Amino acid sequence: MKVLTIIINWINAAVISGTPLLLATSGEILTEKSGNLNLGVEGQMYMGAIAGLAGAWFTEKWFGVGGIIPLIAAVIFAFLMGCVSGLIYAVLTVTLRANQNVTGLTLAIFGTGFARFFGEVLSNKAGGFVAVGRETKEVFYIIDFGKLSEIPVIGTLFFRYNWLVYFALIIAIILGWFLNRTRKGLSLRAVGENPGTADSAGINVTRYKYAATTIGGGLCGLGGMCMSMVSQKGVWQPNCVSGYGWLAIALVIFATWSPLRAIYSSIIFGGLTVMYMRIPIPGLPREIYMMLPYIATIIVLVLTSIRQSKEHAQPASTGYNYYREER
Amino acid sequence: MQDAKPAINENVVQMQHICKSFGTVQALSDVHFELRRGEILSLLGENGSGKTTLMNILAGIYFPDAGDIFVNGKHVTIRQPKDAFDLNIGMVHQHFKLVEVFSAAENIVLGLPGKTTINRRALYKHVQEIADQYGFEIDPEKKVYDMSVSEKQTVEIIKALYRGADILILDEPTAVLTPQETDKLFEIMRAMKADQKSIILITHKLNEVLAVSDRVTVLRKGEYIDTVYTKDATIQSLTDMMVGHSVSLAIDRPTTTNVEPILMVQSLTALNQEGAKALDDVTFEANGGEILGIAGISGSGQRELCEAIAGLCPVIGGSILYRNIVDGYEVDENVIGLNPYKIAKKGIALAFVPEDRLGMGLAPSLDMVDNIMLKHYRENKGFFVDRKTPRQIAERLVEELQIVTPDVFTPIRQLSGGNVQKILVGREIDTSPRLLMVAYPVRGLDINSSYTIYNLLNEQKEKGTAVIFVGEDLDVLMEISDRILVMSGGRVTGIVDPRVTSKQEIGLLMLGQSIVM
Repeated sequence: MKVLTIIINWINAAVISGTPLLLATSGEILTEKSGNLNLGVEGQMYMGAIAGLAGAWFTEKWFGVGGIIPLIAAVIFAFLMGCVSGLIYAVLTVTLRANQNVTGLTLAIFGTGFARFFGEVLSNKAGGFVAVGRETKEVFYIIDFGKLSEIPVIGTLFFRYNWLVYFALIIAIILGWFLNRTRKGLSLRAVGENPGTADSAGINVTRYKYAATTIGGGLCGLGGMCMSMVSQKGVWQPNCVSGYGWLAIALVIFATWSPLRAIYSSIIFGGLTVMYMRIPIPGLPREIYMMLPYIATIIVLVLTSIRQSKEHAQPASTGYNYYREER
Repeated sequence: MQDAKPAINENVVQMQHICKSFGTVQALSDVHFELRRGEILSLLGENGSGKTTLMNILAGIYFPDAGDIFVNGKHVTIRQPKDAFDLNIGMVHQHFKLVEVFSAAENIVLGLPGKTTINRRALYKHVQEIADQYGFEIDPEKKVYDMSVSEKQTVEIIKALYRGADILILDEPTAVLTPQETDKLFEIMRAMKADQKSIILITHKLNEVLAVSDRVTVLRKGEYIDTVYTKDATIQSLTDMMVGHSVSLAIDRPTTTNVEPILMVQSLTALNQEGAKALDDVTFEANGGEILGIAGISGSGQRELCEAIAGLCPVIGGSILYRNIVDGYEVDENVIGLNPYKIAKKGIALAFVPEDRLGMGLAPSLDMVDNIMLKHYRENKGFFVDRKTPRQIAERLVEELQIVTPDVFTPIRQLSGGNVQKILVGREIDTSPRLLMVAYPVRGLDINSSYTIYNLLNEQKEKGTAVIFVGEDLDVLMEISDRILVMSGGRVTGIVDPRVTSKQEIGLLMLGQSIVM
């Protein structure tokens, strides 16, 4: 019974820890499906993290309210800041045709610095450190499902989460439906696979790339907000994203570019990242645990390349910019 | 599909004074073009004559610098492919524009407006209806990466028809087809013509022009030459228009003495990346002083055969014996399991011009000197490489082969296909090989460059080299080769004498039907 409790609690923690990953991974899948390999997720998450926190904090300060209104402000600010970061990437790679890898890495560094700078500014303004009020903190707590959460096992597994967990799940499902079932989703996948073909089929390649990269960036921003508002409980921590952006990029590969597979993949990754707290093995340093998600990614990479599946692979044009009149 | 009444000689497309340049290159200057309803028009020209560029303008891929386009009598501006669809113009590109991981039906419906979600069942049915109407064979659910070239082409044509195309542009559609598949395509084209559709056939194969089209428009070096009725044209008259002066079309087949085996391949078997047999029990001999043509549908094992002989493709059985001369004695050496470097170290003079010129043959961003050096630098003594010798070779090749390049230090990526090929062939021949393998050496080259290559091969043959020529144009193979080896599905289905064998017989062999010789 004790083992079962440990496992259930572990899964519970894995889901919570996997939520920012799922949001960022969904965003990156959307971006890569348009043929843009955005390595800047870490930076985008940082930008979303600071924007969300600042949004909530300023709303509290200026309007003197706590709770749901600062929450909405946090979501809007984080999403828009993520969109701006995606837009920066899109302008550089789609319009100016800059190298995607370099742009992505630059964005990762820029976003991290951007967030730390404004985090510091905000901290000075707040006189020491930034933290949102108790009321606002509480809306990011676990939702009270009443009797439902008391059902043994199922209650813990399904009804002991904050709202972002369910939100991320819905986003991933919608994204999966969009990519696989809808006409626009088909067009977007065509853009990522073969922009020349999409172009000659009358699809506006530039518009799709911009839209997917911008909205994908927005989702990454929400993932970042999840880190600052939920994981750090609304207190600014200069290291709040701590490599989750890189994990999300690895997770895209692990989930083989499918938002639906990203759901369970993010729980696995989340579980691996919190494993050192849940299943400690004496003498095994924490750093070894931290490597586990990456080792899992490498194994998946090897397995998928052995299988040589054309469908569960990176969109063919990912990493290459498209220019119609290139000869 | 359209209820407009067909009028005789009604122009559906008129293009006037079309100009287009890419950078400093004038691709089209003041070109005219007319297409009538319910006709098949051939657009004929050499490579670089601008025929594909002109059609890309009509299809909305390129935008003209100047000129007017009229469709059904109305002045139109075609800025993007979508505008072309809206005018019922559909183009089947030479390099298929299909998404590999999509099914046939998904590719066909791609980019079309409609409900948010796609009703796949209705879509499959509609695709099947179009296929049945004109006699196509298609499986709407099949993924493109599982398809043969001819199936992919079918998808492309149905894609255009599904979009309601009345004007269909086919860019060199037969380049990848067997003679039998070509005949089938021509039948379908005639069925479409009977349905009052207008078809433009871009090609440089004259026999096809004569076989299927009603009229021919000829372009040369970006300029409009003339439009004639096919019934009034002959191969010679069209060639003269295309090239601008009278050319002799016959390819030499010089007779040589001293024909003796240099390469003996026995029961060669090799696997491809998927683990299927790419070569199955291949046995043949290549003789010095002879050109051995290799014919077959692309992907029948030609590539693996060349690569196995060059030491680039691992084999699982059989032997490749190369007759080497060591200290005046003839020695048969087995080269299986050796890499190209070891093969060269054994003193085996083997030269290989691969199909993939800019990937496998040459390094595109290096200049001519560096590319030639790749073949020689190991012979250098000492720490530094010798750049002088390759530079001299490069300058000599430029002169001998009339390679058009600003200088020998221009990255070869910037040169035209014909010049790149001359550099590659020139470099390989410069090593005075005893065995020369060339894969599709004239693919993408114009008539003049092609003949330069043919002459080079014949020169080598007269020198006593064994030449293996993997080709796709059966007419050329039959004219230049002394013997033709036909492959199908990795097997040798026949080795025939082109002087006494018909094209149809070779076509059957290519489809895998062995005939008793």
